[in-house]
Amino acid sequence: MNSRNMLFKILSLMVVFGVLITACGAPATEAPLATEAPETEAPAATEAPATEEPATEETGKIYDGVTIDILTFVGPQVAEPLQRRGPDFTALTGATVNIITVPNSELYQKVLTDAVSGTNAYDGYLFAPSWIVDFAPAGLIEDLTPYVEADEALEWNDVAPFFRDFNSYDGKVYSIPLDGDMHMVYYRIDSLEEAGLEPPKTWDDYLNVAKTLNGKDLNGDGEPDYGSCISKAPAQQSYWWIWSIAAPYIQSQGNTQGAFFNTKDMTPLVNNDGFKRALEVYKETGLYGPPDETNQGVGDSRGLFLAGRCALTMDWGDIGPLAIDPANSKVIDKTGALINPGSTEVLDWDTGRLVPCDATTCPYAIDGVNHAPFASFGGWAGAVNAAVSQQEKDATYAFFSYMAQPAQSNADVVVGATGYNPFRISQFENLQAWTDAGFSEVAATQYLDGIENSLNSPNMVADLRIPSNQKYIQVELDRILSEYIAGDLTTDEAAQNIYDAWEAITEEIGRDAQLTFYKGTIGAK
Amino acid sequence: MQILKAQLKLGWALSLLHNDMATKSVEKINDMNIEPVEPQPFRLHAVISTAAERLAGSVFILPTVIALLFLSIFPLIASLYISLTRFEIAPGGFKLIFVGLNNYKKLFVGSEGNHFLGKFVPATPLSWVVFGGVVVALAIFLARYLLNNRVSVSGLIGRILLTLGLGGLTWMLVHTLWGGGRLGTVSVTLLYVFVGIFFQYILGLSLAMLTVQNLPGRRYFRVIFLLPMMITPVGIAYMFRMITDTSKGPFTPIWQALGLIDFSWVNNAWGARTAILIADIWQWTPFMFIVLVAALESQPVEPIEAATVDGANSWQIFQNITWPAILPVSMTLILIRLIESFKIVDLPNVMTNGGPGTATQSLTMHAFINWRGLDLGGSAAVAYILLFLVTFFGMLFVNLIRQRAVETL
Repeated sequence: MNSRNMLFKILSLMVVFGVLITACGAPATEAPLATEAPETEAPAATEAPATEEPATEETGKIYDGVTIDILTFVGPQVAEPLQRRGPDFTALTGATVNIITVPNSELYQKVLTDAVSGTNAYDGYLFAPSWIVDFAPAGLIEDLTPYVEADEALEWNDVAPFFRDFNSYDGKVYSIPLDGDMHMVYYRIDSLEEAGLEPPKTWDDYLNVAKTLNGKDLNGDGEPDYGSCISKAPAQQSYWWIWSIAAPYIQSQGNTQGAFFNTKDMTPLVNNDGFKRALEVYKETGLYGPPDETNQGVGDSRGLFLAGRCALTMDWGDIGPLAIDPANSKVIDKTGALINPGSTEVLDWDTGRLVPCDATTCPYAIDGVNHAPFASFGGWAGAVNAAVSQQEKDATYAFFSYMAQPAQSNADVVVGATGYNPFRISQFENLQAWTDAGFSEVAATQYLDGIENSLNSPNMVADLRIPSNQKYIQVELDRILSEYIAGDLTTDEAAQNIYDAWEAITEEIGRDAQLTFYKGTIGAK
Repeated sequence: MQILKAQLKLGWALSLLHNDMATKSVEKINDMNIEPVEPQPFRLHAVISTAAERLAGSVFILPTVIALLFLSIFPLIASLYISLTRFEIAPGGFKLIFVGLNNYKKLFVGSEGNHFLGKFVPATPLSWVVFGGVVVALAIFLARYLLNNRVSVSGLIGRILLTLGLGGLTWMLVHTLWGGGRLGTVSVTLLYVFVGIFFQYILGLSLAMLTVQNLPGRRYFRVIFLLPMMITPVGIAYMFRMITDTSKGPFTPIWQALGLIDFSWVNNAWGARTAILIADIWQWTPFMFIVLVAALESQPVEPIEAATVDGANSWQIFQNITWPAILPVSMTLILIRLIESFKIVDLPNVMTNGGPGTATQSLTMHAFINWRGLDLGGSAAVAYILLFLVTFFGMLFVNLIRQRAVETL
């Protein structure tokens, strides 16, 4: 009995040691698997449908056997064209395309942890081009300049200059735009005409129209509807809406003046009468909106506008193509698009007070109104992970180029469900593509004019592009703004809190470095 | 039962006998004049046997110890270090810059103070009354301990820490709960924990009492009452988000009929917190329910029958027989939920995004938001404070409430 007991113990010890030795010896052979694993761990992996012509050596295509994983935000829009065109790209090149999606609020963090931790589970990222200032200096994303220079099919010079610049850092191209983003105000042509109201030119006009039409039945269902729909949920898009409202109060001397920070000392331009007025306007729009607007994202407000329940809304270019879709829209041929409203008063940077517009204070004013259209977000753009193999880099760039080429993008930007808006000069000039997609000539002209006027404005405001811009905007501004909307802070407290929080970040990162960055991105001297 | 007792007594007697015999044997051997024994020849078999005996225990637990170290202790130490650093992107990767206690300082007296502790407002007369009452209660508690004969150093230190902790939390609450103040993520978490557990226990116990009665369909209802616990928390959060949507949710006609068409749960801080509490209570009441059903069914029936024969009414039976019988289980149940509730994140994240403002953010969500913004140090600091809070309330519950409740039985 004792011998058997001892034999059992010895055997058990050998098994335990064997397991430990095997476990300790494993990494050498298992290491390559580690880079492949996240594909299955990703929150919402969506593989492009398999091509009918499998990539084999026999087909002799350029990227046979290469698989590329692209990370972007959860669709259906934005990710949808990538998924739809993935198989076409496979048929052309042999590369298999996987699209992995995560919630928008987690995208930045997901990209960064993938890159800095060395996981490199993704070959490419479709993200906000304003983030390249974080990734490019750290060498985490590939310099695409040589690719772009050698790529005639991309027709880089056809991309609007603003988007070419916005996707570059330090003179080099780091991301390929698939989308062009610009905030605009949309209004119900029929409702305003019926009420004898003019489309809003200023934010005060906007509030007046919203107040007048709030509670009226705008879609004929017998229920009262809303004067304005601008989403206000935390961790969604509030931080962009507020800057669209604030921009014309703060910036009046052209796009090199800047709207986020004082170019003298990098102090935030928030603790002043201009930004405080913007806070008040944004909050007041909620009085004329749906009751649960504080918990709504842009998808909710967009849906309400398309259902005919809102007289006014602010959005990117998406509403235009979506409004002509008979399957989802009750506002076909009833939707007008405008450059963002402006202000007849602008900030005196020295005193922090609002002063009336005149030739000196508002040199770019139109009919006495200072407009400062805001290119918020900058449009979805594709960047290539610098740490993947050369073949994967090439294939990933080729896929983004394929998506951005006129043959594909011209078709995608006229469809609302794609979430892509025009970014090429030819897309603004070719009215035929828009009328073929279902726009009336008037609607197409008005829609494209709205975007073009914004893009061509000498007083346009580009989104913030300094290191840690995500922390300034999507963390601190978002939190304080939502506290303000909830009524937890007064206007003065909110402005002061944002100022303090931004100053803390600037101090932490380094004021001089941030100022140099900021001035560089807006072209200030 | 009698047999079991007899077996236990027999076992005890045998062990005594065995010990006695062993002692006597040793004494006998010592008394005997034994000749020195010739040294035994070296036997490999015996050496291996001895070594295996000696090492077996350690080696068998080694994999578990290593796993625990990797999964629990090392991350704990690593996250403590991270809480003292600032994350920064650097060429080719990242660097952690040591910033000392800055992340903690930010939470208590810096830019995150309003978010973490709440917005403090000057004390009102009501604040002083409440705070004064709590201070007096804590002073009495401490004095009673000092005046009894069982004072120990560790006990005294523990009670002083408890007094300071509860006093501090009360100070925070009375300055943020009313008069224009705003709750921070600490207070909101405490609200979720204590209000949630209170209702979960009351409802769970009520349902358990109901389903142990000999009522028709009780088996069916036991399954039905368990269902919420089987649904994924995110699913529950989305379901309640839809339910509380007054403009297009499934209950829209009801809201309209009640004249609440322009009402939204989430426009108001307390409305949003209430919605989250309802969802949390709905989700976790089944856990209380199922354990309490088991506790109720395992109590002996003889005392209840005897009490019934003696003319006791239902309340007296519950108070004097059922309650003491289920009290130990209840205390354990509450402790488990207490620890678990502090980690609430999915419901506020999905239902309200932590809004309006930061009104529904829990500590875990606060840490999550910091982490999402790549403030890894700040996130780790919040997580560490959460760990201290859970430990504080866990120990408070175990050492004072549970122990006393069980002692009174």
